[in-house]
Amino acid sequence: MNWATSLAALVPLDHLGHYLHWHWFLISVANLTVIGLMVVTFIVALFVPFPGRRRREDSK
Amino acid sequence: MSTTEIDRQWTTRLRQRVTSKLPPEKLLPDTQPAYVSSWIYVFGVTTLAALMVVIATGCVLAIRGPQWWHGSNIGHFVNSLHLWSVEIFFFAMVIHLWGKFFMAAWRGGRSLTWVTGAVTFLVSILTAFTGYVSQTNFDSQWIATQAKDGINATGGGAYFNVLNLGQMLMWHIVLLPIGAVVLTALHVLMVRSKGVVPPFADASEMS
Repeated sequence: MNWATSLAALVPLDHLGHYLHWHWFLISVANLTVIGLMVVTFIVALFVPFPGRRRREDSK
Repeated sequence: MSTTEIDRQWTTRLRQRVTSKLPPEKLLPDTQPAYVSSWIYVFGVTTLAALMVVIATGCVLAIRGPQWWHGSNIGHFVNSLHLWSVEIFFFAMVIHLWGKFFMAAWRGGRSLTWVTGAVTFLVSILTAFTGYVSQTNFDSQWIATQAKDGINATGGGAYFNVLNLGQMLMWHIVLLPIGAVVLTALHVLMVRSKGVVPPFADASEMS
């Protein structure tokens, strides 16, 4: 089984999507995952040090 | 022709205006301020890079046509590159927007930079939407038949008919990409002209 087949087995793309539903609010799990990844990436970008920043500050 | 006459020419005046607003050292600077050394400043250029891949793959799809992108392996591959570069484009653009919102990046006379960015975002959503209804498959038919009710409810259906594939494709590959690229170019030139917005001053600096 190659990596593409493994990934396809992990995320079945040939079925109906999963949805979360609270009253009037409806969102697919796929869209919610992407929004979650964006929030995580945003937070990581704020706190992970940028490479070379310390070197530039030391050289001043 | 006298010097005064040359100075009055529109070409001279335009050149002087452009070079005073955007001298070469501002257009392509050698260095950036220290505060730009942060991952949060990477997402603007990521969006730009993704846009270039979107345009390049879109050009290949336009040249080869639907039979090719539906019916051949390389067509599927380029079609997927087009889709996934759009995904990265929006992913990076939203994080760029969040970052700039919390920096209040419209400070210091940068309001038009913010506005062109926000309008580019809206134009990009419309471009992506017309792309979804131009796929020429069952997915695009489903999206178009669902979307028509929403568009008709706004009264816009008479001018923007999502069931008209020819109209949607022309919006997707001509009008909206021109709008998105021109707005992006203006946005980048404004960033170059005004510079990257500085962080908020420390409370200690303000007192």
